[in-house]
Amino acid sequence: MTNAAVHMEGQLHAPAHGAVATEAVHTKGQQHPIKLYLVVWGWLFVLSTGSYLVDYFGLQGYLRWSLILLFMMLKAGLIVAVFMHMAWERLALAYAILLPPIAVLVFVSIMVLESEYTHFLRVLFFASPS
Amino acid sequence: MAETVLTNSGQPTARLEGWRGIAADWASDQRAFKNVSWGKAMMWIFLLSDTFIFSCFLLSYMTARMSTTVPWPNPSEVFALNIGGKHIPLILIAIMTFVLISSSGTMAMAVNFGYRRDRVRTAILMLVTAAFGATFVGMQAFEWTKLIREGVRPWGNPWGAAQFGSSFFMITGFHGTHVTIGVIFLIAIARKVWRGDFDVERRGFFTSRKGYYEIVEIMGLYWHFVDLVWVFIFAFFYLW
Repeated sequence: MTNAAVHMEGQLHAPAHGAVATEAVHTKGQQHPIKLYLVVWGWLFVLSTGSYLVDYFGLQGYLRWSLILLFMMLKAGLIVAVFMHMAWERLALAYAILLPPIAVLVFVSIMVLESEYTHFLRVLFFASPS
Repeated sequence: MAETVLTNSGQPTARLEGWRGIAADWASDQRAFKNVSWGKAMMWIFLLSDTFIFSCFLLSYMTARMSTTVPWPNPSEVFALNIGGKHIPLILIAIMTFVLISSSGTMAMAVNFGYRRDRVRTAILMLVTAAFGATFVGMQAFEWTKLIREGVRPWGNPWGAAQFGSSFFMITGFHGTHVTIGVIFLIAIARKVWRGDFDVERRGFFTSRKGYYEIVEIMGLYWHFVDLVWVFIFAFFYLW
């Protein structure tokens, strides 16, 4: 046990051949031209302007909501994929991080049903509907 | 125990494509996240847990807004400003969004220069990022002051549903806290970069471990996440 622990420490800290190799590979793997970041930066500005203009021109209804969601998803995708380098990570890490938030969508659908039920009861028993 | 250690050889294994690769990486008695350091993997897992926290805030806001029979205050009007005699809707929030996106851009470039071991440029870009972050927090403080002066409280406001105030202070307050912590984190790491800690592999004050330029990328993950959360808050709270 003690030996094993010491061995592990060695694995983690000593600049052994394996660790150095991974480090080098990794460093190389995250080298991208600065231009890529500038292009993404520009797109994030364009998309943010787009979502601001949705409000500025006072679009309403399904057009407003779908545009807001579209710009939001594109921005989030660019940030996660390029700025956070998720596009270049191994799929094992990407799926471990990106799949669990799907549970949030399930939670959303549960709470939509719940709040519509609450709203229905409030209209029925208390106030005048909005 | 001995076998467990032996399988952690640190050697990159052959990479299979698609689902086979995922199954191979997860199934065997070995570390799942190859060629990702523990620091980076742990930051990602922390960010995942933080995702759930912010999701719960936004969900409770959605539930409150959908179930109330009182009209919800119009954020476009609430956050409008008069600039030069003109009434511009939501302008402060738009500027805050651009400030935060710019800080993400400079952070991404700082990570890049960090891996090129360009000490000075990395530190300067990180300090620029921190300055953008501090600007954002300052604008948020202005926004809070304005709303509190206009009578917004967690238990009520002059324009409609009482839950508007509690949702607003909870969501933006928690996000602002994240930005503030990020600014402190940025300045701390920028100081280390500037001093050349990662070139001479100086040992850390608390951990006594050697630092590497990878900490700039790990720091960057946190910072981009703060920007990412703002994308969702902007869409759901301010624009919806």
